[in-house]
Amino acid sequence: MKTYDCIVIGGGVVGTAVLDRLAFHDLATLLLEKDDDVSVGASRANSGIVHAGYDCKPGTLKAKFNVRGNHLMWSLVDDLDVPHLKCGSLVVADKDNKAGIDELYDKGVKNGVEVEVWDKQKTMSFEPNLSDNIEWSLYAKEAGIVSPYQLAIALADRAVLNGAEIHLEEGVTALERKDGLWVVTTEKSQYLAKTVVNCAGAYGADVNDLAGAEHYETSFRKGEYYVLDNTERQNVETVIFPLPTKAGKGILVAPTADGNVIYGPTSHLCDLDDTSVTLDGLQDIRSNVAKTYKNPVVRKCIRTYAGVRTIIGDDFVIGESKVVDDFYMAIGICSPGLSSAPAIAEHLENLIAGDVALKDNVVTRLPRAKRLSELDGDELNTLIKEDEAWGRIVCRCEKVSEAEIVKAIHSPLPAVTVDAVKRRVRAGMGRCQGGFCATRVMEIISRETGKDITEIRKGKKGSNIALYSVKEVPND
Amino acid sequence: MIKKYDVVVIGGGPAGMAAALSALKKGAKVLVVERDVRLGGILNQCIHNGFGLHYFGEELTGPEYADRFVKLVESEDIDVMLESMVLRLTPDKKVEILSPEGYITVEAGAVVLAMGCRERTAGAIAVPGTRPAGVYTAGMAQKLCNMKGYLVGKKVVILGSGDIGLIMARRMTLEGAKVELVLELMPYSSGLKRNIVQCLNDFDIPIKYAHTITRLEGSPRLTGLYYAPVDENRNPILEKEEYVSCDTLLLSVGLIPENDLLSGMDVEMSPITSGAVVDENRMTSIPGVFSCGNVLHVHDLVDNVSREAEIAGGAAADYALGNVTAGDTVSVRATDGVRYALPQRITKGGEGKVDVFFRTVDVYTKKRIVVEVDGNEIYSRKTMILAPGEMEKITLARQDLVGDVIVRLK
Repeated sequence: MKTYDCIVIGGGVVGTAVLDRLAFHDLATLLLEKDDDVSVGASRANSGIVHAGYDCKPGTLKAKFNVRGNHLMWSLVDDLDVPHLKCGSLVVADKDNKAGIDELYDKGVKNGVEVEVWDKQKTMSFEPNLSDNIEWSLYAKEAGIVSPYQLAIALADRAVLNGAEIHLEEGVTALERKDGLWVVTTEKSQYLAKTVVNCAGAYGADVNDLAGAEHYETSFRKGEYYVLDNTERQNVETVIFPLPTKAGKGILVAPTADGNVIYGPTSHLCDLDDTSVTLDGLQDIRSNVAKTYKNPVVRKCIRTYAGVRTIIGDDFVIGESKVVDDFYMAIGICSPGLSSAPAIAEHLENLIAGDVALKDNVVTRLPRAKRLSELDGDELNTLIKEDEAWGRIVCRCEKVSEAEIVKAIHSPLPAVTVDAVKRRVRAGMGRCQGGFCATRVMEIISRETGKDITEIRKGKKGSNIALYSVKEVPND
Repeated sequence: MIKKYDVVVIGGGPAGMAAALSALKKGAKVLVVERDVRLGGILNQCIHNGFGLHYFGEELTGPEYADRFVKLVESEDIDVMLESMVLRLTPDKKVEILSPEGYITVEAGAVVLAMGCRERTAGAIAVPGTRPAGVYTAGMAQKLCNMKGYLVGKKVVILGSGDIGLIMARRMTLEGAKVELVLELMPYSSGLKRNIVQCLNDFDIPIKYAHTITRLEGSPRLTGLYYAPVDENRNPILEKEEYVSCDTLLLSVGLIPENDLLSGMDVEMSPITSGAVVDENRMTSIPGVFSCGNVLHVHDLVDNVSREAEIAGGAAADYALGNVTAGDTVSVRATDGVRYALPQRITKGGEGKVDVFFRTVDVYTKKRIVVEVDGNEIYSRKTMILAPGEMEKITLARQDLVGDVIVRLK
């Protein structure tokens, strides 16, 4: 049985960020993820917003890690070549709710965040498509957007390049102490670890229970979204929030780092893993967006989605267990979890590896990915001379070449499902939603991995796209 | 060295091939740019019969229909680029093309748009519930089945009654799947009557009109779905929700002309057809840029696509070779039960006849198709039944078109 210095449980943005930081040190590290790829839980299905940190209650872990996380994020996404835009954010209010803006401003100052209160004229000149009733706004220039899944994927890739291991489809089933070590049992294998870090997202409280660590009650809140066609992107300059309520930051209008626009999220209590979209939720979004945004265009919808926020009490749970040894937690990471992830990772790195030497020759900057959609004719011709797959467009909506897809399949953390390819290079993420290219992507995965077409999956185990060869359809 | 062609045809499906052949006949030097590894477009996956009855006077399968044009294109002096995609088209008709050979720019005297259409997706109509494997557009399932040899599932529900959905109901059945149900939001089918009969009725596949899906269930694979009748505003009546177990949902809920290439150009578009606004030659608002086939408006029969493309291709050659003179146009407007009429503009003063195509808003029985110019009826025809799934044609004498034209039902 292999002994690791540290095993991270959970491959969301927090788990991958922790693994990435630990991999800089002279440590044997392993990340265990129960699903087919990193970033398939809450890290995939959120707003993709890097919050400035003005609305967290001062003194909380959320406030501390959000503000520090925002500070770390912009250089991190540059190092990792993750699509991002520091576009600022606006919280908007009508004439009766100026007090809400002032309250946020005070919180922002207390949290050490640069915020400004803007009048109607300044607000509208920055974001012309706001509803006519908007009179005031709170502007935070440090806010922006990132591609949340591409962040987690890039963190995983860099960690692997720096020597960390990632085992997918290995959910943890038992955690026991033996001779001062953790015995980590998964669906497939068993490992020994000197320390364990619980970053298990929605399953965080369950993993704590497996380890006999602190017990927490968890609740879940679903957030549903509309994704709009990229032709709508030109109409949205920044992240537009209503005033926050007890249920959350409210239904926003925001650009995405992938070039679309989202409306959402709703906020309703739900069951674990219930990422279904509801008729009521969609109605809720439509009626609320219109309060802040002048011309909602739901007819430009190309997709809907929902993510589940995991809530433990009023704050994040971060740090070392006081009940069991060598067990660390980063759980209950709801909003602003994405924004906080780099700071949470930094904090856990200091706790776990503070006195461990750094490796020599670590990778700090990932090579800039070439994206066909961003290249000019001369650059394309140079690439095509080396590899003609650059001249073969697979995803016509997002202009993704076969070369990019092949590279994703053979990336440090390989993408072997259609959705994993989609999250890395956007093939199938455009307006035809893979109607044209999914079959091509399936064939390329099949060719590159040697799997039969009927084994090619959308994502998770059991999500095979085509179930039978026409010659072998069972009679039942 | 920038290559020059009289006519560049974008798309090598039925529209593109017919346009290219027609342009060649007029003496133009022609290039066809096709994304796929072969010519033929979507016809290659339409292995059922029913094509060519009007154009060839005999019944062919899709690949057979395509093959007749492919053989002609290949035997004639027409340049064809396969695995090639136009990334950009400029108003001065420079065509930027990417292929495994490289990235090139071609100068065109005239351009014919023949890119076809794409299918509306589950995402675009925001189908509620989970987002599992097992939910595909009918065309994607058709491609997997007919071209790759894979059946997506065995227990199938189809949403929408577009022609591809109906065809796939039959295809899946013949391949050993059970099609449980077809659901159609509207009180009538958007597909051809003959497909309802031959693909559903003949196989005892039930279709429920004025019904829609209220929720998908299952993850990671579809396990079933809830559906309900809709009220007159097309909102589901949730008290009447029912459940059907299935592993596959195919969508046939509309086709959208794929005009993404025009996004950087100031081409006048029709919000009804989602295609360009064209004159009787199928020329768009940008002189020398023509459009035909499903990228212009979604057709019912490929035979009509071929005929339309011949008009566009011939006119594109005339334009490129300097054989046209521009003239004033009259507008063609649709109203009173007519959803759109095409072409939307006709040049004044021409001789002979001109065909105008239209689709209706709803199903109508015993209506009269009426065309008026300046308040005078210039055309009238009695009909027994009109349905949105079938494209109608009226032939007008051009000498009658002295003012703006209105097409309506009475």
